[in-house]
Amino acid sequence: MAKTISEINEKIKSGKAVVLTAEEMIELVDKEGIKKAAKSVDVVTTGTFGPMCSSGMYINIGHSKPRIKLGAGECYLNDVPAYAGYAAVDIFLGAAALPNDDSRNKLFPGKFDYGGGHLIEEFVAGKDIKLVAKAYGTDCYPRKELKNYINIKDVNEAVLFNVRNCYQNYNCAVNLSSKTIYTYMGILKPNTGNATYCSAGQLSPLLKDPYYRTIGLGTRIFLGGGIGYIAWQGTQHSPAVARNENGTPKSPAGTLAVIGDLKQMMPQWLRGTSMLGYGVTLTVGIGIPIPILDEEIAGYTAVKDEGIFTQIVDYSHNYPHVIPGNLGTVSYAQLKSGEIELNGKKIPTASLSSYPKAVEIATTLKNWIEAGKFYLTEPVEKLPGADSGMSAKLLKERPIRQVRYGH
Amino acid sequence: MVSKKIVLRFPPQVVDKPVIYKLAKDFDLEFNILKAIIIPDEEGLLVIELTGTQENFERGFKYLESFNITIQPLNKDVVRDETKCSHCGACVTICPVGAFSVDQKTRKIIFNDEKCIACDLCITSCPLRAMSIHF
Repeated sequence: MAKTISEINEKIKSGKAVVLTAEEMIELVDKEGIKKAAKSVDVVTTGTFGPMCSSGMYINIGHSKPRIKLGAGECYLNDVPAYAGYAAVDIFLGAAALPNDDSRNKLFPGKFDYGGGHLIEEFVAGKDIKLVAKAYGTDCYPRKELKNYINIKDVNEAVLFNVRNCYQNYNCAVNLSSKTIYTYMGILKPNTGNATYCSAGQLSPLLKDPYYRTIGLGTRIFLGGGIGYIAWQGTQHSPAVARNENGTPKSPAGTLAVIGDLKQMMPQWLRGTSMLGYGVTLTVGIGIPIPILDEEIAGYTAVKDEGIFTQIVDYSHNYPHVIPGNLGTVSYAQLKSGEIELNGKKIPTASLSSYPKAVEIATTLKNWIEAGKFYLTEPVEKLPGADSGMSAKLLKERPIRQVRYGH
Repeated sequence: MVSKKIVLRFPPQVVDKPVIYKLAKDFDLEFNILKAIIIPDEEGLLVIELTGTQENFERGFKYLESFNITIQPLNKDVVRDETKCSHCGACVTICPVGAFSVDQKTRKIIFNDEKCIACDLCITSCPLRAMSIHF
């Protein structure tokens, strides 16, 4: 018999909801089968903790006396350039931003010790941040310079707003060239000396609800140690890729845009991350509860690493030059065994996403629900699904050949 | 036979003495230099693996100490900050001597500092900068 989300919430309220992590659900379904598990389990929690690009925060610092309009001026937080083009005192800072005087990749490979991601972690940790801004001054906003410490507890709003997180599956990266390369998939040794991957696999949120039946716009989630919401599909959302029989996509597919009050988040779940030779990003902790409404959903949540596959992609030439196709397919069980095989060669594997932390997130979310501190939400709107035809497009190349004045 | 990885610090006045040659010739200690930094007029630092009999080790160490060369076991020099490590595993295939391994049950990353040769590849390749080297 099918359940509804409001019935499950009633159970949470009365402390009777049966909540399992995706790992525990796999064990239960192994023992009792899907039919029985679908009846007895109300919620399955998922988790993921990996470097997630396209993360950022916006803050409103409050008006100074006299007033200043940062918009169209310049603004730096701990020397990291922030975007102030909204209005007077709203600032956006992206995880990948770097101080202007960072040497980048001039001394290759660049170390990228400090950037937007690290600043977000420090800000959430309650450290004072140095704000330096310049403006042009107006009659109503006469001030032209601001040098001031800001702290998360003093600003009006501090909101984490990540426009693309929580990838539903990701590539396994290798390097076919004869020299070491430094990528967002980590350091890749020459001649397929290693292979890296970045997904929690059987614990990863969107792999456990592959057709987005319960995860949608407005879904309440664990975000950065606090509570957040799904704001929209993430950028580059590509649900229409090829899928396995169990619904899981064979290559990177869906993504999520997530939002939440930064003031209640924790620095251990939002970590500044330095990828050698590549740049800075933010490692984000996300956990999503999946209501077990029927047997189909129960089945999806019980899919194991053995049943989730990804493509092996060469990052020395094929990825940078956008050459379609892949070198082969591997399951997460193979990736996690520590070794995969490609063209008869054994290649050691390394993960960039932390599985133990993903377990911790799924367990924390489970504890919140069991304690009646976290209720499930009905999606306000569905995410574009596998039959939406939506896929990430490449740039439409229209090179500007002639400089025309005025444009 | 005993094998030890150690860190030697040379005071400036010893930098020009062929002490490692003496270790091999006079005390029959087989050596494998893992890292060497020599700054003239300041000091020298040598990370070295020595193999020999316990007796020769003792004699060799006495010889080194007679030049005020300090001796320290290597495994105290590369450390993991447990509050920073997320156990992702990015280090596992980077370490040339396999000092990092994955516990197949918990999927936590085990750091075996006995294997470490202080090459410092893990320091900058750790995305969360959990590894540090203290010479």
